[in-house]
Formats: sequence, C-alpha cells, structure tokens
Amino acid sequence: MAAPIDLHEVTEREREERFRTRWRVKACASTACQSAGAGQTIKAIEDAVEAEDMMLEVQVIPTGCMGLCSAGPLVRVLRRGGDKAMYQKVTPETGIKILKSHVLDEETLPEHEIDTEIPFFSSQERVVLANGGVINPDRIESYVAHGGYLALEKALKTMKPKHVLEEIRTSGLRGRGGAGYPTASKWSLLAAAPGETKYIVANGDEGDPGAYMDRTIMEDDPHRLLEGIALAAYATGANQAYIYVRAEYPRAIERLDRAIRVARRNRLLGRKILDTKFDLSVEVRIGAGAFVCGEETALLASIEGRRGIPRLRPPYPTEKGLWGEPTMINNVETLANIAPIINNGGEWFASLGTPKSTGTKVFALAGDITHTGLIEVPMGTKLRDIVEDIGGGVPDGKGFKAAQTGGPSGGCIPAKFLDTPVDYDSLRELGSIMGSGGLIIMNEEVRMPDVAKYFMEFSMDESCGKCTPCRAGTVQMHNLLQRITDGDGTKQDIRDLEHLCSVVRDASLCGLGQAAPNPVMSTLQYFRSEYSALLREEVAHG
Amino acid sequence: MSDTMRSVAGASNRQQGDHPSGDNRFDLVDKHLKRGRYAQDQLIETLHVAQDVFGFLSEDILVYVARALKLPPSMVYGVATFYELFTFDPPGDHSCTVCTGTACFVKGADEIVASVSNTYNVPAGKTAEDNSLTLKTARCLGSCSLAPVVVFDGDVLSHQTSESTVSLVGAALGGDA
Repeated sequence: MAAPIDLHEVTEREREERFRTRWRVKACASTACQSAGAGQTIKAIEDAVEAEDMMLEVQVIPTGCMGLCSAGPLVRVLRRGGDKAMYQKVTPETGIKILKSHVLDEETLPEHEIDTEIPFFSSQERVVLANGGVINPDRIESYVAHGGYLALEKALKTMKPKHVLEEIRTSGLRGRGGAGYPTASKWSLLAAAPGETKYIVANGDEGDPGAYMDRTIMEDDPHRLLEGIALAAYATGANQAYIYVRAEYPRAIERLDRAIRVARRNRLLGRKILDTKFDLSVEVRIGAGAFVCGEETALLASIEGRRGIPRLRPPYPTEKGLWGEPTMINNVETLANIAPIINNGGEWFASLGTPKSTGTKVFALAGDITHTGLIEVPMGTKLRDIVEDIGGGVPDGKGFKAAQTGGPSGGCIPAKFLDTPVDYDSLRELGSIMGSGGLIIMNEEVRMPDVAKYFMEFSMDESCGKCTPCRAGTVQMHNLLQRITDGDGTKQDIRDLEHLCSVVRDASLCGLGQAAPNPVMSTLQYFRSEYSALLREEVAHG
Repeated sequence: MSDTMRSVAGASNRQQGDHPSGDNRFDLVDKHLKRGRYAQDQLIETLHVAQDVFGFLSEDILVYVARALKLPPSMVYGVATFYELFTFDPPGDHSCTVCTGTACFVKGADEIVASVSNTYNVPAGKTAEDNSLTLKTARCLGSCSLAPVVVFDGDVLSHQTSESTVSLVGAALGGDA
C-alpha cells in the first residue's frame, strides 16, 4: 500500500510552483465558456506563450466556472504578488493580445476588461464556489493547495464521528436539494441505524430545468464533493458511497471518475484512509433521463438498476434504503458545504445567512436578465438585490414580471415581493420553494399561463405513472391549461383546474406529484387576471 | 486470470474481435459486463454502453443484455423504456437537439422546434423518413446563460433563433432538404 498523500508538502510544492512565474493566466474552461469557445482561446494563449518563448514568465491554468457565464470565455491575469485583471468575451485573438499587453508592455487591455468591483462580483459570498475560477479541477494538488482535504485529515485524526456530527448540527446546515431538511438530523438517523452496512448517496440528479449548480460543483471541484462524502461517511459509520449523476452531464461523470481514482491512489479514499482505520469506497452511478429519480426512493431504485419509481415512506431510506440497508441521501451542494464547516467551525457557518437558513446558497441566474451565470449569496439576501444589483436588471428596457424558483416544483414570485429575503421559509410562504437553485427571471412580455402550461407539460411527461393523482391529474391539468391558453377556456375550467391542483397536491405519492401544481397555483394567485383575460366569452344560458 | 477464464461462458479461447454473434461491437459490451462482474445492478450502465456502441437499443441487444445479466427480458425492456435517454430506433445522419429548459423556453425554444419540424418535415423526438435528420428536445442542458441552446451534431450553439437553426440544418443537409 502506497503512503498517503502529505497534504502540507503538496501545499508547499504548489506554492513554489505558483511563484515560479511572474504571470499566471487563468482561463475558465467550464461548460458555458467552452460552448462560447474557451477551448480555442486557451489553446491560442498556450501556443502564443510557447511561440513568444514566455514559458519561464507565464503559466496558463484552466479553471472551473468564474460565474459570469454570459460574458464568457472569461480569462484572469494575475501578476506575482500583485494586481489582477479579468477579461470577458476573450476570443483567441483577444487572448493573445491580452497576454502580450501584460507581459511585454506591463499594461492591461481596458476594452475587454471587466470591472470586478461591480455588484455581480462584490455582492457575492463564495463558500461552495470558493474554488471556482481558482483551482485546476483536473489536479488534486491544486485542490489540496487551497486547503483541500485538510478537513478530512482534521476529522480523522482529531475528532470522533460524533464531534463531526455535532459541528454540522451547530452549523444549522439544511439540505440544499430543495426541501431544506436539517442535515444533522438526517446524519444522526443514519449514525443511529443498526448494522454494519450503511450507504451514503450523493444526489447529483439535477433535473430541474434551469439549474446547474450541482453540475458545476461536480465538474469544477470534484474533490470538494468527495471530501464532503468522506466526512459524512466518517460521521455516520458508512463505508460505501454512490454518486448518482445525470447522464446528461458526461463531463461531470468523467471528472468524478478520475477524481475518485486519484483520491484512492493518494489514500484519501479506499482502505485505511490517511493511515487511519476508516475505509470508504465511492462509485459513480449514471441516470438515464428521468426527472423522478431526483426523488430519493426513486433514485435508490435507479441505483439498483431498476425503473426509477418512488415508493411510500416510511420506511425512510435511513432505515431501509439500498438493498434494504440504511442509506442516507444528501444533495451535492449540501455535501460541498461540509469541508468548509469542519475547517472553520459550525459557528462560523451559522453566522452566515439568517438564523433559520444558515450559510449561503448557489443560484443559477438565467432568463431575461443582464448578467446570467452562477452566483452564491448569503441566505436571506433580498430577491431585489439578486435581480437588480447582481443580475443587473432586466435588459432592453423591459419591466420585471416574475422570478421563478424551484423549477417544476416551485412557483413564480411577482414584483411586489421583490423585497422578500431568499430563504427556505419565506419562499414557502409565497407559494414557491427554494428548490435546488434555479432562478429564472421573466420580463413583462412572458404570459404566465404559458409558463404554467410549460411546467405542467414537464410534470406530465416526467410522472412515473405509479399513482393515479399524478399520472392522470397532470394530464387533465395540462389539457385545461392548453384550452385556456388557446383562448377556449371557461370560468368552469379555472375552477376545475384549482380543484385538481388541491387533489394532486394532497393525494400524490411522492414530491413530484405533490409539487406539480405549484406553478399553476402560484400563477393563479399572483397573475389571475392573465388567465381571466384569456377566457372565451361565455354565452349566458337561460 | 487467464484470457480464457475471463472470456464469456461458452465462447472460450476466442480472439478479441471475433464475437460469436458475428458483430464485433458486442465485444465492447462484454468488456463492460466483465468489468462490472455481471452484477445485475449494472443494468442501466450496460444499456448506456450498448447504446453508445450501437447507436440505439434493438430487441436483440436487449435480449443479449438480459441473458448476460441473468435478468428476465421483461425487466430489461421495462428499464430501457422507462428512461428517456434510451432509444429504440436508429438515429438519422444528422442530429439536432433543441434545449427546452426554462431559460430556453422563456427565450423562444418552442418556436425553434416548430420551425425545424415544419421546414424539414420531422416531428420532434423522431427521425425524418429519409433518415437525414433526427430532431430531439432536451430537458435542460445546463447552459442557461447561452439560451436558447441548440446542439447540432455534437456542437453546442448559443443564442439561436428559428432562422439561424433552420439555415444551419439546411446547410448540413445540402440542397436535397
């Protein structure tokens, strides 16, 4: 068995490497920037470094997501011990220009520079995404040099499992998958479960359209997720973990597979981790395009290779999960919060956000908004601050109409509630949910009944068919919405729709059906006049 | 372990690339099955590999996987048809996938689907009769900042319009579209 990695030595070596060259060019190689051409840009810069014989002067480092996806490809230039500059929409030609202007002329290139003092950057609080745009996700050394695996070392060598759990309890962390169940409560259920065999599952089945936080974590900071899983396993006594990833995320699957291999080689996973008695094996399991698999019992069925169909709870997975053994399912973002909590203490985490929703939340900001991308803000940040300051408002002089959170399980929040703090409880009061973090902004031209129909079509297609309220109810609600949006609806159709909403919400087996009416109910609540305006003129019956 | 022992039961001592079915692509499926030690919970992964190799899942392939994993064919069929990403028809020469996630929806993805569908006479989710084009929709590709997004033959294209996508597809299909 090889010796485990020496975290401190690696950190020291990386520090030397960092100061080896006067310039470091960090280029975002994340999916959004790749689609905007980052691959060619990075290649062009690397070629230019070689052609201009700057190898001793400059190192080019591909990184994960820098956040402002709408301005990609993004590039940062850092001078040793000094100033930094960030550039947007960097084509291969611009990249070479930026390189030469910094290295040869010691000057920035103002026409492509982004002001990093704008609220998009300055109003964020990055905990989960702290490594985004900083580390090279393909190198474990890069993660280690930024404090990676120190939390695991600290826990394994200086803390008992119950102390790790206690720290999570102090932090007040709640599940980031949507429902907001206290993480420590779930962990203690698994810790208390009898038996030798226990499983941990990281839920990376990010099915909500418009959400890509988990993908970014898995692609851009895979070791952060692995460290979180290892800490969860240590605290609860599990020795086997699965990461369930959507098949739509091939890059995340590849990166995680690789990260697992490298972590095992460095004795951060596998047997006798860091020369302690703790063993943990981690495997990636791939979904195949079923939204319902985000529901925990359906997800377990899918890991077992079966149709992803939910079952009744109880028994909860922490009693009877994978192959009948106690199993705990945590969302990817939840697990990405664990290492910072162990490093900095639960009290530090609890000091962020609000008393009941602690910490930060990552949102995928998209739709009719100036700055689209991935943002992380303290819980309790006002929706207005996210939309107007960080997001830069609705473009083209159009008005804001609604913010959609929680995808097909969430609702639309109108302008009059823009001052609501974004936390689990406030959003629920407004008839929406936090969800996994998709935040879609809609301008005044979007017809809300169309939005409701769009989400109902989604839920209808994704209903697994097991229980009748969801299987038949979503079809009937979709039919009614179709009729209304076609201009053929009647007042009775709206009454029927409302009735069906409550039936499907109350009688469905799992979260998919129970939450499917949310987009309809919230748009009926806040934008009822839009529905009424679409109704057919009714002939008075004598 | 010797090569003979590692090969599939009943096909001892054969050369790589000489599959008894006559189709060597099954070797790749076998390789995956072996690596997963024929565990039944590897079914979904195996179907992914088979679809990657063959482009779609024919009845023969489903039966082959069922026998290899010692699962009833009904279960393999049940799993394969449950999940959206498995397909049972050969794909067309070109593939056009329109993202219909929320951000793309808000920015008009539906119109793109409708225009491509009408112009090239191919229903969404299907392949054109002359097999030239498969038109698909995707739930969300997670590139919401680039909305609306279209993936044409593997290339991710950002900020598409009906016109841009239709002309792109037309160019790829050539004059005979």
